[in-house]
Amino acid sequence: MQSSFVSNFLVGVFFFCLGPVLFAKETPSESGGPAGTKAEIKEYIAHHLQDSHDFSIASYTDDQGHKVHWGFPLPVILWDNGLKVFSSSLFHHGDTVAEVDGNYYKLYHNKIYKTDSEGTIVYDAEDHPTNTKPLDFSITKNVVMMLVTGLLLLWLFTSMARKYEKSGGVPTGVAKFFEPIVLYIRDDIAIPNIGEKKYSRYMPFLLTVFFFIWFLNMFGLTPLGVNVTGNIAVTMALALIVFLMTNFTGTKDYWKHIFDPLGDGMPWYGKMVIYIILVPIEILGIFIKPFALMIRLYANMTAGHVVLMSLIGLIFIFKSWVGGPLSFGLSFAISLIEVLVALLQAYIFTMLSALYFGFAAEEHDHDHDHEEPVLEHL
Amino acid sequence: MEKLINEFSIGLFFWQIILFVLLLLLLHKFAWKPILRAVSEREEGIKDALAAAENAKKEMQNVSADNDRLLQEARAEREAMLKEAREIREKMVADAKILAQEEGDKIIKQAQLSIEGEKKAAIADIKSQVASLSVEIAEKVLQGQLDNKDKQLKLVDELVDEIKLK
Repeated sequence: MQSSFVSNFLVGVFFFCLGPVLFAKETPSESGGPAGTKAEIKEYIAHHLQDSHDFSIASYTDDQGHKVHWGFPLPVILWDNGLKVFSSSLFHHGDTVAEVDGNYYKLYHNKIYKTDSEGTIVYDAEDHPTNTKPLDFSITKNVVMMLVTGLLLLWLFTSMARKYEKSGGVPTGVAKFFEPIVLYIRDDIAIPNIGEKKYSRYMPFLLTVFFFIWFLNMFGLTPLGVNVTGNIAVTMALALIVFLMTNFTGTKDYWKHIFDPLGDGMPWYGKMVIYIILVPIEILGIFIKPFALMIRLYANMTAGHVVLMSLIGLIFIFKSWVGGPLSFGLSFAISLIEVLVALLQAYIFTMLSALYFGFAAEEHDHDHDHEEPVLEHL
Repeated sequence: MEKLINEFSIGLFFWQIILFVLLLLLLHKFAWKPILRAVSEREEGIKDALAAAENAKKEMQNVSADNDRLLQEARAEREAMLKEAREIREKMVADAKILAQEEGDKIIKQAQLSIEGEKKAAIADIKSQVASLSVEIAEKVLQGQLDNKDKQLKLVDELVDEIKLK
């Protein structure tokens, strides 16, 4: 039942993913030839990986040569000597200059720049725009997806909680599916890494981060074409929260482990020599751990999207009866793997967060040696 | 790295922090807390139920052991009672026998005694009768002798016959 649903879902996802690409590429490119198509595909992939100011589902060029966009605009919120709020439809997908309160803004490569009324963008020697960038707090596509995911999670899990209340602790409906996962996070991630005594403090975060990442990863595989968890700002925010939680809940033993890892095992003059190297490494470790979390999630999700879209793009490069089915089969296989990766990356992020919380929460029991945490090198 | 920094969006970072923290707080209050509580309550319930079942089993074992013991005791008691009854019966029978023997002996002895007495009385009677007969004979003999000698003899004979007839 479940597997047939998943496979149906996947097939659906695949075809819908294909949809926008097909639409986008139907226009015969002026340059023609495979080289032009390649560049176009590359640009399309790069565009897809980025956040955008409007929720576009598909775009194509009609018979008259006008680009038609499917989707809806999103609110733009700028801080430029005062709060400026306007609809992203003013940009017309980057084609026009938006005028707000006498200021002109232009969308260039998904970033908003302040320009003159003509929309002139001045480039430096390396082709980077030198126009000023106002602080951009827009509700972008990724923010919308986070909101949607957040609401979905809230709806799912509050209704799950209510079901428990109603049935007196017996999981029914949605709880039947999610309870094993919740229990897995508690019994196989939180308790072994953090310890029986303190794990409950970190449980809400671990559960939230797991489902948040998992759901967003899964949304990334849908035709919506979002890439939230493959965005460095998102993973950095998550990693920052892990970093703050780790260090603010750190026990005396945790800090002692960083600044005095050898303890009383060695006289001070011996320790001095070692600590010159050891302590900076330990301090660096505090930052490297969440940094690794950030990069790992970002890189895995981005790589997945790049591979999948490149394989789909092969269809338009080969343009033959061999290349089509071949790239179809390959991208189908990769889609399946991506579903696994979506879950795996959520698991790894949760697992490693729990591991770091475990370091922070550990209190040395001097009577017996504590268990060495595993998976340290993941 | 430059690409990463270029890609980084403060706005998205800001929203992600706000939304995630909000989501964390809301889920914590309305979902994780009740869910985890319900689950742990259920686990406690299961643990308690198992312990109770174990206790009940032990109790059952105790009860059945008690039952066995009681049954054994009852059986032993019945055995003892039956044995006692048997003994009592045998004793009664034996007593009765002894009593009957004694009684019988007594009766026989009394009978013997009375027989003896009667015999003695009869003998005494016979003796007295014989004496009186002897006296009568002697008298008759003496009366006959007085008449004639033949007659006397004849009388004696008759008398003797008479005695024989008796």
